[in-house]
Amino acid sequence: MSGQFIFFMLFSVTAIGGAIMMLNMERIMYMIASAAVTFLSLAGIYVLLHAEFLAFVQILIYAGAITILMIFGIVLTKHEEKREEPKRRFYHISLFAGVVGLFAVFYYVINQSAFPAVTREIAQDQTKEIGLLIYSQYVIPFELVSILLTIALIGAIIIAKREGK
Amino acid sequence: MLNSYLLLSASLFCIGLYGALSKKNAVIVLLSIELMLNAANVNIIAFSKYGINPSLTGHVFSLFSMTVAAAEVAVGIAILIMLYRNRGISDVTKMDVLKK
Repeated sequence: MSGQFIFFMLFSVTAIGGAIMMLNMERIMYMIASAAVTFLSLAGIYVLLHAEFLAFVQILIYAGAITILMIFGIVLTKHEEKREEPKRRFYHISLFAGVVGLFAVFYYVINQSAFPAVTREIAQDQTKEIGLLIYSQYVIPFELVSILLTIALIGAIIIAKREGK
Repeated sequence: MLNSYLLLSASLFCIGLYGALSKKNAVIVLLSIELMLNAANVNIIAFSKYGINPSLTGHVFSLFSMTVAAAEVAVGIAILIMLYRNRGISDVTKMDVLKK
């Protein structure tokens, strides 16, 4: 229990620290690197939650594919390196107050609610169990998601290709 | 233990929300939205282990939401590249015209 708590603290501190660094970095490449740190720490959190398959999927998709895609997006669109002066000061202050208020509401609700302590363990060989679930009980959502991925692939190609030439 | 995971997820969600609403670069806005989706995934997986009925259903739902997030990022980056090519902007506060 103690080791689990230590690793939970480590991963959550790096996750939140990466997210905050993402908002505060000067250069956009560093922002994306901080987001990758957050995604990797969340993969560690998933391992702590006994979701090893999802941890690998998280590393593959988020820390691999999505981060690289964001870097491509940065490279293909020019951006200003220097930071502009914040013009909408009232907007930022009220936004910060609103977000802090939302977090206070979350904190209050989470601390108020009493969750039952369940000690039942879920399956050990998860990859097999997840595969069985996907292909038996959730086969229709799985096929719908595959159609969605195909449509997104075709749509991204059609949107991003050069027109006319 | 469940409370700690929920608090981690809530703080990640709030940071992502602040980033999505305050940043100007469109790629960073997309990245913040990904952060919010990740916070939701942490919630789902924490409940699938410590919830009232532990099962693998949460893992399957989390897989589906990751897939939708990947599709969303692909289409979003394509739209950003097309906007940059046609109008030369990558600033979300200047994206205010649907058709020119």
